[in-house]
Amino acid sequence: MSQLLGIPPQALFGQLLLGLINGSFYALLSLGLAVIFGMLNVVNMAHGALYMVGAFVAWLLLSHAGIGYWGALVLAPLVVGAVGLVLERTMLRRLYKVDHLYGLLLTFGLALIFEGAFRHQYGVSGQPYPIPDLLKGGTNLGFMYLPTYRGWVVAASLLVCLGTWFAIERTKLGAYLRAATENPTLVQAFGINVPVMVSLTYGFGVALAGLAGVLAAPIYQVSPLMGSNLIIVVFAVVVIGGMGSILGAIVTGLGLGLLEGLTKVFYPEASNIVVFVIMAVVLMVKPAGLFGRER
Amino acid sequence: MRIAFIAALAAGIAAGGPAAAQISDGTIKIGVLNDRSGLYADLGGEGSVVAAKMAVEEFGGKVAGKPVVLVSADHQNKPDVGSAIAREWIDRDGVDAIVDVPHSATALGVLSVTREKNRMLMLSGPASTDFTGKSCAPTTIHWTYDSYAMANSTVRGLVKQGADTWFFLTGDNAGSHSQERDGIAFVEKAGGKVLGTVRHPLNTLDFSSYLLQAQASKSKIIGLANAGGDTVNAIKQAAEFGIVQSGQRLVGLLIFITDVHSIGLKDAQGLVFTESFYWDQDEKTRAWSRKFMERFGGRAPTAAQAGVYGAVLHYLKAVEKAGTDDSLTVSKTMKEIPVNDMFSDNFKIRADGRVVRDMYLFQVKSPAESKGAWDYYKILGRVPGDEAYRPMSEGGCPLVGQ
Repeated sequence: MSQLLGIPPQALFGQLLLGLINGSFYALLSLGLAVIFGMLNVVNMAHGALYMVGAFVAWLLLSHAGIGYWGALVLAPLVVGAVGLVLERTMLRRLYKVDHLYGLLLTFGLALIFEGAFRHQYGVSGQPYPIPDLLKGGTNLGFMYLPTYRGWVVAASLLVCLGTWFAIERTKLGAYLRAATENPTLVQAFGINVPVMVSLTYGFGVALAGLAGVLAAPIYQVSPLMGSNLIIVVFAVVVIGGMGSILGAIVTGLGLGLLEGLTKVFYPEASNIVVFVIMAVVLMVKPAGLFGRER
Repeated sequence: MRIAFIAALAAGIAAGGPAAAQISDGTIKIGVLNDRSGLYADLGGEGSVVAAKMAVEEFGGKVAGKPVVLVSADHQNKPDVGSAIAREWIDRDGVDAIVDVPHSATALGVLSVTREKNRMLMLSGPASTDFTGKSCAPTTIHWTYDSYAMANSTVRGLVKQGADTWFFLTGDNAGSHSQERDGIAFVEKAGGKVLGTVRHPLNTLDFSSYLLQAQASKSKIIGLANAGGDTVNAIKQAAEFGIVQSGQRLVGLLIFITDVHSIGLKDAQGLVFTESFYWDQDEKTRAWSRKFMERFGGRAPTAAQAGVYGAVLHYLKAVEKAGTDDSLTVSKTMKEIPVNDMFSDNFKIRADGRVVRDMYLFQVKSPAESKGAWDYYKILGRVPGDEAYRPMSEGGCPLVGQ
């Protein structure tokens, strides 16, 4: 199966495909962040923690209720979304009128609480979560062995990303939402319940994180630290793409995944920082991000 | 105080033994310093504190008539944080001995403090051989294992079976570099060949790219020179990419039982590695481990945690015998009396601070072989300490031969 792997061009192709897989995780997570920032102006530091909660809900469903992967794929985002709704209604809502920084601090604190609680309960080593039977095995593409599950992750996250983009940029509901962020008072005057819409947006944004958590569970260990390991990179993705830009989050997420994949071939030790180097450059050249608008 | 020390010591020697007990500030303080929140928290962490407590309780909470106090802190795998805590503990709190300290780079930082301040440092968690090599100190004892013994025992066994081409997947930090260096040396010494290495940053989530490079090397063995969460993710993802099915074997140079637990037997089965301790090894380890599990939410002790228990127990024995907490005297006494606990049978501590203990080659059971929770290993063989560890003459420790 590795007859071609010794040859650089083909090996490179394999690494690019792997980068695409990681990129689709970045895209899915940064999409949620971008939706929340774009619509609510909240820098949601709890995003990584809620991604972790999504993975844990999947694990708990499997180990305590016997509900498998496909059930978890639907239930876990709903649970995480519900948690998000409660957070937004009880806490985040009070901070809309003050500086962004307060929302950032609140969500950061919440992230620490979530992680601390799960760490206390389950330890840091992580829990095993099996790949569902239907997605086991893989295909030999000639230049690499593609596990079916990874292929599924790319397809699923691309589908969700494009669906979200379409819903916000191309539908009537999305238009209401965008209008409500521009001028809430006016939209309210037209008879639309803006507060409920904003709550649902936050719930949807974090549900995306929960979904990413379920998708990640069979690949990585389900561990309380899985979110904090990823969230910093995802934030960098959002900054590079342009805060609040939905298309920017998707395209940058995939692009950076590819770039990281390349770094792993040429200079593996630097693969953890390449994203941040790019972030620094982008901030210097185009502070609003590649797809962002100046505010 | 120092003069009082020397005077008391002289008096003690004059009296011909521990009759004139001299414990500075009236307590023996032991600090458990390890990772309590990051990727090494499960192999040491609070479990190491529980193990240290068990040793202190065995002594009735007192040694040489003085109370024993335990403190603990999180060094976050950061050398600067670790050294700052060690300094504060010694200067402000009067800590006499520091134990555990996983993460070799952090442990090296702490070591420079304990050497300067002349306090005991009993290392259980970290793997680097430098602690008993060029960085050795009279008050350092390396307790549970090191990268040399792990790599030596594992590699020799496997090359003998014909697994003679290797590729190393290495963490980019001091301890893992040491594992890789030792691993390569043994493969070559045993007549095998190293086809390549690749280094990944600490705390890597996605190993697929490194694994494909390892796969491309077509080596018979992929040696994992990393630890904790990194090892877990690498093994899980190797299963996903069909690496084991395609004929390559994974070998961990540093595996703890918590890692196997986290991977799950399905993906971990067949994994071969060396450890110094397994809870279900014999009557003695089982009896101790059951007590540990009762106090620690049913989680089995790791080798690092068992080592913390052994180190604290032996330290207290030496303080009792020497009748002082002066580190140089205690360290000398620790090296004089044989090490005996549930997983140590009359082991010696060498002049360079190395506890020469027997190592065991284990293989992870298949799900069908496992009879219950934490029933994970079968023993493949035992390597006597003298053969497992690096000879003292090759370590380059300046203390040796003085």
